[in-house]
Amino acid sequence: MRNLWIFISKYNNFFLFILFFSISFALIVKNNRFQRASALNSSNAVIGSIYQQIDDFSQYLDLKQTNRNLAEENAYLRSQLKSSKYMRLVEQDSVLDSLGETQYTYTVARVISNSVHQKNNYLTINRGLEEGIEKGAGVISSHGIVGIVLNVSKHFATIQSLLHADTRVSASLANSNAFGSLVWGTENYDSQKVLLKDIPNHVKVKSGELVITSGYSLFPPGIIIGKVIQVTKSGDSFLNIEVKLNNDFNSLQYVYVINDKFSDEKQQLQQDTVIHE
Amino acid sequence: MSRILLVNFIRFIVLIAMQVFLFKNMGYYNLATPYPYILFLLMLPLGMPNSLLFIISFFTGLIVDGFYDTLGVNAAACVTLAALRITFLSLTIQLDNHETYATPSISEMSFRWFFIYSIILTFSHHFILLLLEAFTFANFHYTIIRVVLSCIFTILLILLFSLLFYQKNRR
Repeated sequence: MRNLWIFISKYNNFFLFILFFSISFALIVKNNRFQRASALNSSNAVIGSIYQQIDDFSQYLDLKQTNRNLAEENAYLRSQLKSSKYMRLVEQDSVLDSLGETQYTYTVARVISNSVHQKNNYLTINRGLEEGIEKGAGVISSHGIVGIVLNVSKHFATIQSLLHADTRVSASLANSNAFGSLVWGTENYDSQKVLLKDIPNHVKVKSGELVITSGYSLFPPGIIIGKVIQVTKSGDSFLNIEVKLNNDFNSLQYVYVINDKFSDEKQQLQQDTVIHE
Repeated sequence: MSRILLVNFIRFIVLIAMQVFLFKNMGYYNLATPYPYILFLLMLPLGMPNSLLFIISFFTGLIVDGFYDTLGVNAAACVTLAALRITFLSLTIQLDNHETYATPSISEMSFRWFFIYSIILTFSHHFILLLLEAFTFANFHYTIIRVVLSCIFTILLILLFSLLFYQKNRR
């Protein structure tokens, strides 16, 4: 027993290394399996509030740009008002009730931490459970889609950015309606570009064509994501399409968290279908 | 003694703050990302007990992980750095010749010694860090390119910081 103790204390460097390295490794593995739903991340109360403090200072630097973005969006929304549209239908026998129910509601949130240089990028926003943010909700900004809510605490939430190797978003081409999925992080680490995969070879794609959300995933249909900049044919029967993002992830300020009224219902139905097959 | 404690504490706060608020947002695409916070671990006093060094390294890594949303990755890399630091120090210097609380810096040692010391430790840290972050051996050549370029970036920053606080009269 004493000899064992002497042996361990003689090579204590090695044994301490093994001990601490395995603790770290266990943390990594556990963390990956549970989708990083652990206590120590940037939606943690302490770290979240530190980020909030820093952001309170730095937001003054971007006020001009933020103002311009808001003004642009105001102008766009104004053009959507009923008073700025005209009726094309002149006379009809029956009057249709055009008042629809709202399917999507939006919660405004401020980005208090952001990254674009990592292999897997995350954002933190200053809204959480108390403001009705739910896990798995889609997040957009005024210029396009941003990501998916990953973790929610009482006052903060972390978002898995579009610039993350595991994020898949369903998107379609505006002219042909062919749809595929957006991928970032394989052979492409530019924060301005994503790849659109799974579009079959026979679809004609022009560069400059708009790429929009398809409405099959968490996002409402028709949100502009970006423009096609390059189309190449790969070996298999699908095209490789490079898309330049409309959204500048480097300067994100305000985002909107989407609350889809029917998301639970849709998911439930899709699960039931899979089970019955 | 208390002065050394204070100096190390201030160094810790400043380097971690710079890492998570400044260097986190810097990088050359995703190829070179600097991690100069490891300078804190490089400059801990020479005669430290091994167990204390490991505990400090582990928690430093864990705090950085909290800000990077990568629980455990930086901690594992820092622990590797600590193990190599102990081996490297025992191979290159006799501890009796130095005061126990001396700092391994350019002014205490020689520039050449410090340069090799920081290259070896930075490389081991970045290698483990980026490999665990990728968590796969696929695209291994890409990971190696990232390790080498990030190393160059970090070592340049580390040398810059240590030359900035270079004191000639200490030796």
